[in-house]
Amino acid sequence: MSATVPGPAKDMTAAVALGRRRMRVNTIVKVCCVTATAIGLILLASILFTLLVRGVGGLSLTVFTTSTLPPGSNGGLLNAIVGTLIQTVLGAAIGTPIGLMVGTYLAEYARDSALGNTVRFVSDILLSAPSILIGLFVYQLVVSPFGGFSGIAGCLALALIVIPIVVRTTEDMLTLIPSTLREAVIGLGAPKWKMIVLVCYRVARQGILTGILLAVARISGETAPLLFTSLGNLNWSLNLSKPMASLPVTIYQYAGSAFQDWVQLAWTGALLITAAVLAVNIAVRALLRGGK
Amino acid sequence: MSATMDQGHSFGGVQARAPIATDTTKISIENLDFFYNDRRALKNVGLLLPDRQVTGIIGPSGCGKSTLLRVLNRMYDLYPGQRATGRVMMEGENIISPDVDLNSLRARIGMVFQKPTPFPMTIYENIAFGVKLHEKLSKPRMDERVEWSLNRGALWGEVKDRLHTSAMGLSGGQQQRLCIARTIAVRPEVILLDEPTSALDPISTLKIEELIDELKNDFTIAIVTHNMQQAARCADQVAFFYLGEMVEVAPAAQLFTAPREKRTQDYVTGRFG
Amino acid sequence: MSATTATASRRSSSLGDTIFATVAKLSGIFVLAVLGAIIAALVIGGSKAIIAFGPGFLTSDDWDPVHESFGALVPIFGTIVTAILALALAVPLAFGIAFYLTELAPKWLRRPVSTAIELLAAVPSIIYGMWGFFVIVPIMSQYVQPFVIDTIGEWPLIGPFFQGPPFGTGILTAALILAVMVIPFIAATMRDVFETVPAVYKESAYGVGCTTWEVMRSIVIPYTRASVVGGIMLGLGRALGETMAVTFVIGNTNRIASSLFGPGNTIASIVALEFPESETGSLKLSSLLALGLVLFMIAFIVLAISRTLLKPGLKA
Repeated sequence: MSATVPGPAKDMTAAVALGRRRMRVNTIVKVCCVTATAIGLILLASILFTLLVRGVGGLSLTVFTTSTLPPGSNGGLLNAIVGTLIQTVLGAAIGTPIGLMVGTYLAEYARDSALGNTVRFVSDILLSAPSILIGLFVYQLVVSPFGGFSGIAGCLALALIVIPIVVRTTEDMLTLIPSTLREAVIGLGAPKWKMIVLVCYRVARQGILTGILLAVARISGETAPLLFTSLGNLNWSLNLSKPMASLPVTIYQYAGSAFQDWVQLAWTGALLITAAVLAVNIAVRALLRGGK
Repeated sequence: MSATMDQGHSFGGVQARAPIATDTTKISIENLDFFYNDRRALKNVGLLLPDRQVTGIIGPSGCGKSTLLRVLNRMYDLYPGQRATGRVMMEGENIISPDVDLNSLRARIGMVFQKPTPFPMTIYENIAFGVKLHEKLSKPRMDERVEWSLNRGALWGEVKDRLHTSAMGLSGGQQQRLCIARTIAVRPEVILLDEPTSALDPISTLKIEELIDELKNDFTIAIVTHNMQQAARCADQVAFFYLGEMVEVAPAAQLFTAPREKRTQDYVTGRFG
Repeated sequence: MSATTATASRRSSSLGDTIFATVAKLSGIFVLAVLGAIIAALVIGGSKAIIAFGPGFLTSDDWDPVHESFGALVPIFGTIVTAILALALAVPLAFGIAFYLTELAPKWLRRPVSTAIELLAAVPSIIYGMWGFFVIVPIMSQYVQPFVIDTIGEWPLIGPFFQGPPFGTGILTAALILAVMVIPFIAATMRDVFETVPAVYKESAYGVGCTTWEVMRSIVIPYTRASVVGGIMLGLGRALGETMAVTFVIGNTNRIASSLFGPGNTIASIVALEFPESETGSLKLSSLLALGLVLFMIAFIVLAISRTLLKPGLKA
């Protein structure tokens, strides 16, 4: 009877050969994966290295104290930096409350409703939609009817990019809150809105803040949606109804120019914006880790 | 009620209610049915909760005992598809009728959950949170109220020096007593406890049981428990639930020693459950 | 706690609830309205071109401002070809990175490497454009392209795709930059997806003697296939609409090149370049908006597929 039962492989040499082949395939795949990761890291290093090498040389006080000037007159990036700060802050300020409310709606009011599912789907589509289309949209909506490029149009375009990012993190963070905590708040006789505002937001505060910061980092480096909205402005201007400079658009204009000092400023600006964006990203990760 | 409050002898805005001579009924449940969508989780339940006594509710998992508590303070209203029919009368008002104001109902009928649910705030804010929902107190009055409720929650001595630190830093047993104190602070008339010690160690459990014994002087209490010894120790009367039905209710000693129903007998002697 | 104040607070609390719930719901509806408005704005803006050229707009390779004749074929072709090529380059690398991060990397190395890859996704696209233009383009024109032209360019069949003057810019370079840009998105999604595989499945496979690769191939990938495809589609969506980086390196010529080294354009790049030079109300502007509509529809379909395939909670 034992003869009919398939036992362990009797042909040990074949088994060993097969095992050796399997191990070899495994090793090859492993090497490929390590190589792929190394390539990814080298790419990041190459980008950072390039920015440092080309950007640091142009760093000087003038960059921060002087506005953009014609080629050869030792200009800076002050108007672009201030313009980016204004548009980023205003864009985030407009987009965050809306995104927060949408995320709240999805997590607290419409977890399984048809409308909620539609809103969630559309918001996720907008999260990855080409940002240049947001620029075209705001151009059609604001710039074209109201007679011209303006800082406020840029803010609106950036706000539209902020909304889906904040929606995503807000909903994710609120969904993580256990139902027992909600019931405990409700059980004390709190109305639902107080439960959300006073307790749920508090629990989710750190995560939501993370989302907002990442959104700020993202829009501060956006170029495409600003090309047809705030346009860029080579002069000093704080007027939101007029075209407004921004760092990414200035970099775009300068990098493609034929003037050596403009190209240098573009690199310096690129270094500044990348350093800022990456700093925010790293800070957010440190914040999250510290909180856990 | 406002007349007695104004006399100024209260502590933390709380006036101990004068004991009522007769053994009155606080809540009377009549013909209560409860549905999770189409599933009938409570079947024609009738039960009286006597004023300022502890009613223990026992029964195997899924028998509807937690559901009963969730009906009493309308927690089920949070979830679409859950509904109750019948009558739950408290002081002449049917509390499961749709036009009851839920927030003030929940201020009158407080609930403590299985797992401690401290809010992510300081100990002081945890207590003050519920109070602020229903009353406007001056800072000194609020301080008094916080101290009073932490005292009643048997926690004051342990936390009085760190009122303004996060409640998340407390131990599990302390957190649960904080949740009880938080419920008391709102000055409810009824306190519902849903397996309040099942997540706690024996020493914390003992403290909470002592606390329940103390609290029944002022509050009507309903406690759901898996632990029959606990029901025997804490409860004045015990109700046995099985498959959504209220099988039997009797004084604790009687229910455990001489139950009328065979099913109760089987459960308390450990034949099922 | 008199009866009147209790009633008042009761009213205010339910009023507060009503207001809050209404504001939340309106915000949700606002998101839908934005999507509707984007479509409407592009349709209205592009209507002039759509009426003037009809369906021929999609099949014409003209872009002639002088004779006011515009067609979408070349940018559509460029958009799709660069995005697909980018994916072909990015997916294997992203898979390797995700595999390394979930199964191979020592614990202490996972977080820093993960973070580094995620930072790659945070770098603004204009930076990729400059890096591509000033670093990759010279490498392409001096080393890669001459070498490839002399070797693969001589081969039959595929040779013609790798011929022509080594400018450094062009379709292939654009695809290369796009690949670098979408690698972190795809890798991060794959990593998150792989991590959802319950450990018991993998452990039982290891238990019968599988190697790491065999576990990946026969347990992890089948278990996560739909989500992996969803992650790839997400990367495709990004690649289709990327503007700044492509504009720097693609050469910006409205011609379908026979070689991958030849210049071309994409919808996003032609819009970015030509839009500022178009007059309000002109047929050219309208054509650009119609191009935007085409891009929107392509991206919408791709992203909709991606969202449907990705399980909830993995929508990075």
